Amino acid sequence: MDTNKNATESQKVVKFKIKRQITPDSEAYWEEFETPWKPSLNIITLLMAQHTHPVTAAGHKSTPATYDANCLEEVCGSCTMVINGRVQQACTALVDKLEQPITIEPMSKFPVVRDLMVDRKRMFESLKWIKAWNPIDNTAPLGEGPKVSPEEQEKAYNFSRCMTCGCCLESCPQWSSDEGFIGPQAIAQSVLFNIHPTGKSLEDERVKGLIDNGLNICGNAQNCAAVCPKEVDLIGAISQANWQATKYMAKQILGKGH
Amino acid sequence: MSSSENQKRKIAIIGGGLAGLSAAMKIAEMSLEKKDIIVQLFSIVPVKRSHSVCAQGGINAANKTTGDSTYQHFDDTIYGGDFLANQGPVKKMCDAAPDIIDLFDRMGVPFNRTAEGRIDRRRFGGTLHPRTAYAGATTGQQLLYALDEQVRRYESEGLVEKYEGWEYLSASFDENGACCGIIAQNLVTMEIQAFPVDALIIATGGPGLVYGRSTNSVSNNGLAVTSLYKQGAKYANGEFIQVHPTAIGGDDKLRLMSESARGEGGRVWVYGDASKTWIDTEGKERPCGETGKPWYFLEEKYPAYGNLVPRDIATREIFKIVYELKLGVEGRPFVFLDVSHISREKGREFLDRKLKGILEIYEKFKGVDPHKVPMEIFPAVHYSMGGLWADNETHMTNLKGVFAAGEADYQYHGANRLGANSLLSCVFTGLHIAGPEAVKFARSREKAAWELPAEIFEADVKKEKDFIDKLMNLSGSENPRLIHAELGNIMTENVTIVRNNEALRKTDEKIQELQKRFWNITVPDKGSWANQSIRYAHQLYYMLDLARIIVLGALQRDESRGAHYKPDFPNTNIDFLKTTIATYNKESESPIISYEEIDTSLIPPRARDYTKKTVSATGAITN
Repeated sequence: MDTNKNATESQKVVKFKIKRQITPDSEAYWEEFETPWKPSLNIITLLMAQHTHPVTAAGHKSTPATYDANCLEEVCGSCTMVINGRVQQACTALVDKLEQPITIEPMSKFPVVRDLMVDRKRMFESLKWIKAWNPIDNTAPLGEGPKVSPEEQEKAYNFSRCMTCGCCLESCPQWSSDEGFIGPQAIAQSVLFNIHPTGKSLEDERVKGLIDNGLNICGNAQNCAAVCPKEVDLIGAISQANWQATKYMAKQILGKGH
Repeated sequence: MSSSENQKRKIAIIGGGLAGLSAAMKIAEMSLEKKDIIVQLFSIVPVKRSHSVCAQGGINAANKTTGDSTYQHFDDTIYGGDFLANQGPVKKMCDAAPDIIDLFDRMGVPFNRTAEGRIDRRRFGGTLHPRTAYAGATTGQQLLYALDEQVRRYESEGLVEKYEGWEYLSASFDENGACCGIIAQNLVTMEIQAFPVDALIIATGGPGLVYGRSTNSVSNNGLAVTSLYKQGAKYANGEFIQVHPTAIGGDDKLRLMSESARGEGGRVWVYGDASKTWIDTEGKERPCGETGKPWYFLEEKYPAYGNLVPRDIATREIFKIVYELKLGVEGRPFVFLDVSHISREKGREFLDRKLKGILEIYEKFKGVDPHKVPMEIFPAVHYSMGGLWADNETHMTNLKGVFAAGEADYQYHGANRLGANSLLSCVFTGLHIAGPEAVKFARSREKAAWELPAEIFEADVKKEKDFIDKLMNLSGSENPRLIHAELGNIMTENVTIVRNNEALRKTDEKIQELQKRFWNITVPDKGSWANQSIRYAHQLYYMLDLARIIVLGALQRDESRGAHYKPDFPNTNIDFLKTTIATYNKESESPIISYEEIDTSLIPPRARDYTKKTVSATGAITN
């Protein structure tokens, strides 16, 4: 926890290393930085300090490390990084809970754009493959939606807290950004829309979208659920999706499919 | 893209939060039949990561269960905003609210439910009616996702093109003075490009970054609105900045602890000290609680509304407790916000169903479980009631073809916004006003933007490129981050809860000094790929201008109204029952402040008093 026990508080520093990569094609390398310690620092404050003084611990002039961040309260999903080997949001990664030197690197499964910024476009694209929406007729004032029990609401809300952050995909041994397995994030969203009475009308198309995108590749490692910052029931979603896929296949075989 | 695609009319929307996505959805729907208009949606971040996700507590709409009415919602909103809002638009918004909730219900938002399966409501500040629909404590996130889904549906049908990771820089205008395009920069390739468009909607939210740290997201930099102001757009009510009473500190940002905590029964308190006193509305001197016992000061001072007084009032009371009465927790600048009794009485799971989103934020950042111990909170800059001036009927700014929606406009919240009205105003303005009006404008223009000579756009692209090159070539000793910190500090110190003219004057001088020093910065990254330093410097340049709008508006308004409080002028003054208008003067490079009449045709202004229930002159009963 505290690596600087002998130092007085005013002299304490935080040591951290950032994995740098100038362009998508260039070699990655590490740079080490130091910043004065204060109570309640998080990784975002370290990166802000590095932007203010982009000088390495050895005194070499560097550049501000590029990174994604927006809400800084773990609800937008932007600032996902690998910190001390664990994928998580930089905003909720508190310095005092991390061994130093803290290592900060981009997620490894997504293409690096620059430094800590990665390209997560595929996560948003995959939502199109599974038609992740409720197909309402239009925005005219047509009255209330269908009644929903508190239990159904709680189930839907759990899936709907997914902030497309990428932790589950980074930790999944089967997922990669360019092919094959669609991954737990989109599977859970498919299940979410299949719960809703309006969304249900597209269930077959959604399930087909999952099957076409490697639903069966899941190896049940369950890493996804362990790293999800919002405790989305990814394991439950995958098992539900598999059951929906089985039903869909049976319908195809029996000739009741579209 | 085929040439026929190029020849369709285009509407650019800047910002993909609730207002921008509502407008995008509506425009796509209006174009569905003829497929004659395409939405081009620009956002700094992927739209699903927009700042609307930070809205926690809920969205207001009158409902039938408690004798509430849309007129009561209207009255509460006007009264809460200290009569500075134009009444016609606010009435329309409150009338439209119930249908908006129904629409989100149909889109599948997982609103909390009653046992019967209907949408549950909770009470928010500035009203006696539970009219706030909510999805846990992440309502903004859930509403945004519902819109994001519908817009993705239209995107897959080719009616919406997303430009995520692009930042708006400026607008182009044709020979008739109508907007005909935008100039934007790609945040990865750094390419600067013109997009000819037939109408433009600004839905970029608030300018929290002007204050350094606030409850706002990093993307809320105010660049788009300030750039338009420098191109001639009027900016209205800039000085009306809402300081939210309950937030937690941080070096990177201040994190909101939703008003819904109090809506669910949370109580604000400090330890009492009977040796200190306060004066009640009848002029009686009363002790500050019992020494050593919890003093629920809002409940005692405002028996009618208790912990749910409007935000401006709660914020000033907390400020007084800490800085005048020196009753902050252990002498520090905090008061308690306590929900632990709810957890004890009704169970941890009950509380989680209502508030999990915020309790989890508190625990993650503070390392303390708010189910068990009271939270320590303090006010933080949160929301801008002011924004681009726009016409009440069409939401067109004074620049032809440029529309404003959401927090970037100014109409709906007067001098102080009520909690859970912001999500409503975002959706209302995008869906019902700016979206349809932009369609009307785009369809009615004689010549489509794509038909205009390319030179117009090339010249504007060059202007932006030259400006960015100029910034890039600066090589002085100043650090843009430190200039921003100085700006944030002085704005937070002098232009938030308590304002006085001498400090405001000094603040304006300081900003002008920072503007001079800005030209002595060095941008620490000279690269041309995903260079965040140049974007930051460019944003800072505009923040300094926006700060002056806020400060000069505050300086010249010698009264107290809603969020704007001057101890030297403690009451509202009828002479200032006017909208502040800032226009940019190119010669002096300064804002010129003028005033515009307000529509008070429906509810005659009356003094606010939240210590008791009052009856409004128009017969609204319970408030």
